[in-house]
Order: sequence, then C-alpha cells, then structure tokens
Amino acid sequence: MISTETRPRLAAKARLRWDRRGERYMLLWPEKGMVLSPTAAEIVKLCTGEHTVTGIVERLAERYTTAPREALERQVMDFLTAMADRGLMQGEV
Amino acid sequence: MSGDHRPYTLIAELTYKCPLRCVYCSNPLDYARHDRELDTATWMRVFEEAEELGVVQLNLTGGEPLIRSDLEPLIAKARALDLYTNLITSGIPLTQERLARFRELGLDNVQLSIQDVKPADSDRIAGLRSFDRKMQVARWVKSLGFPLTINTVLHRDNLDHVPDVIAMAEELSADRLELANTQYLGWALANRKALLPSREQLDRAREVALAARERLRGKMEVLFVVPDYYREFPPACMDGWGRRFLLVSPDGLALPCHVAHSIPGLTFEKVGTRPLAEIWASPRGLGHFRGTEWMPEPCRSCERREVDFGGCRCQAYFLTGDASATDPVCTKSPQHGLVEAARAEQGAVEPYVYRGPNLAAARAV
Repeated sequence: MISTETRPRLAAKARLRWDRRGERYMLLWPEKGMVLSPTAAEIVKLCTGEHTVTGIVERLAERYTTAPREALERQVMDFLTAMADRGLMQGEV
Repeated sequence: MSGDHRPYTLIAELTYKCPLRCVYCSNPLDYARHDRELDTATWMRVFEEAEELGVVQLNLTGGEPLIRSDLEPLIAKARALDLYTNLITSGIPLTQERLARFRELGLDNVQLSIQDVKPADSDRIAGLRSFDRKMQVARWVKSLGFPLTINTVLHRDNLDHVPDVIAMAEELSADRLELANTQYLGWALANRKALLPSREQLDRAREVALAARERLRGKMEVLFVVPDYYREFPPACMDGWGRRFLLVSPDGLALPCHVAHSIPGLTFEKVGTRPLAEIWASPRGLGHFRGTEWMPEPCRSCERREVDFGGCRCQAYFLTGDASATDPVCTKSPQHGLVEAARAEQGAVEPYVYRGPNLAAARAV
C-alpha cells in the first residue's frame, strides 16, 4: 500500500528512456514498454527511493503552479498505485 | 514509411549453436544449414541502425547467446545506445564472473529457461543434464542484483506441474514468470503429438496461473500464454508481420519472426547489403505480409483483420502449404479441420525428436 510517507523507487526491472523518434519518455521493462506523459515521466524521475510521495508532490507543485495541490496529490498517488500493481514500483515507508 | 510500422524490439539471434536440444526449440529445422554467423562489428552496426529506426528493446538470444565470446562488447554497445537489453539464455555455459561482468556493462535483465521442476524431467526435455546448473545461475542472477525472468515452456508433460513451477519461481525470487505454452512450429511441430496437451490440462493450469497472478500482484509478474491450437481466433503473431518486431538471424537475415525464412518463395535480405531502414521498408520480405492487402477471404472482410493481422503466416504455411491462407487455428478458416484433427490426436504416446543438426538423424535417436 502506498501512503504519502512512502518513498517510491522504480522497480529494478524497469528503466526510463527518452524516445527520440516519438519525442517522449518511455518506461521499459522485459518485453514491454509504456509511453509516459510528461508529468508521469517527471514523477518516475523522482522515484529514486529518496523522496516521499509528499516530497514528490511538493516538487511537482513548484513546476505545475496552477494545479490544485489536492488534485496533484491524488494524481501522483493514483499513478504510483497503478505502477505498484504492475510490479513497476517498490516503496519503503 | 508508415508510422504504424516501427520496430520497437530487435530480436538478435546471435547464434544457432546451443548445448541444449529442447524438443520445442523455435529455431528452424534446418538451422545447421545456415551461413556463417555475423561478426561483432556487423552486429554493432545492426544495433545502431535498429536504434535509429526506433528500436528501444533488444533481446539477445539464439540458440544460446552465451556461446558467443563477444557478448561483452555487444552488451556494452547496446547499453551505449540506451537499448533495454535482455539476455535470453539457458544459463549454460556461464560462470558467476562472466555474469558479474555483464552486470557491470549494463545488461538490464536475464531471462532464464527452466524446462520443468524436477531435475530428471527438466533434463529430459532439454536433452542435457542442466537443471542443477540452472538453479545455480538463477541464484547468481539475483545475488548480482539483476531482475530475473524465469521462462518455462508448457506442454503435455509439464502443464500439471504449473503450481510447482510457480512455487519454484517464488523461491528463486523471480521478478517475472513466463508460462508460455508451446507454439507448434519448428521442432515443436515435429513433436506435436508428444507435446500437445488436452483442453482440461490447459484449463486447470490457466486457472492456477491466474490465481497466482492475483496473489503475487506487485511482487512477481505472472504471464500465461495460451497455445494457438486452443484459441477461437489466432493472436496477432509478433503483433503483426513486420510491424513492431525485427528479428535478425545468426547469418544476418532481416526477418519478421523466428521461422519466416522457412517459407519457400519469400526473399529476405541480409543486413549490411543496404541500409536497415530500406530493408525494413521494403515491400518484399519484411513487407510481404504487412498490413491487410495480402489477405484472402475470410480474413479480408473480417472485423478482426486489424486485431490479429491474419494470425501466423508460418503456421498457415506449415499446416496448409500456403503461407497466405487464413491461419487454420482460426475457427473461421475453411481449413480449421487440420487443427481439430491435431487436437483429436493429442494423448498419443510418441517419443521425442530432439533438436539436432539433422532432422533425419534426430528422428533416429
């Protein structure tokens, strides 16, 4: 379960890569790939195991100043939960 | 070139040589007749050109890729190109030191084949005493910090062991488990009578696999690939011919899949003869069964034509003699009776034909 205090870390099998043909980020793992939105890529870049979810939301809030903080937090939590379900995110509280 | 035809994955079959003799090997039956293997510099060029074309994933496979003494520089090159690099291996022959070197060079994932859960059963399918060594390799993979994929090819003799295969993968802390049912091409087609399971066996195993997928969600990815012979409609083989995958054979043929060069009358080009982008875009070879233009009825007017892209061209050729026929796996195919007849034969007691340099000799084993 991911909470605001979780420090998410990208799973060992997954790697972020800039796709220069599509000019977008892709997340790659064995036999699979996923195109990431610019925001999703920003989140993944912060999933190093250092930052808490709250910390990630704070950093994003500096960049996306118009987005309401609660909406941003919900977006981050939903994304990370979906990633964890797919085994793409590990988290330590 | 259409944006719909971009290779995302390069399957580099570095060699057809392999110490194992698996009875369902995906290499063509005449693999031993193929030309000399590409050299290191040529493979590096292929990686570069493939990445320029849009490839982001690289599968290093074979045969057994560990046989190549230049795997180290090839991994280094792949990593320099930022390709997600997966080593698909039997784990033999390998030392812990060499595996550690692969880790330093940036290899991303190791996919290890394990044929069954008991040493004697696993070794019988592989045609080589190898099970204990594979367990050792799996532990090295994890202790070096690699993600581990376990791949077990399923068939009549091991489908009932799926619960134990899952337990083994958990015990080895695998990150992914591929439970891939045999597809009946190449050596598997030669062994079809001995390998094809019953529907009941398959249904039981699938239920176990789906329950494990739920239970292990977030910890271990569990994949269960149904064999074409028990589907109502064929899947999109390789996501469609020449659409997402590019395979280069050990001797350098640019192919849509593992066995397409077994289809007579098709011309596939060798890498290095002209730019890979041109070979990829060519209307012959990689373009031959691309899209829907080539389709006969009932495919041509079928609502699934862009879902399954006509299924598998190699299967159509090997079962009907005509590579442009509707895949006979499809219940709408006028030749679906061929698949029904094969299913009706399942359960017959047949000795295995082991992969070897000569099919006639292999049959005599």
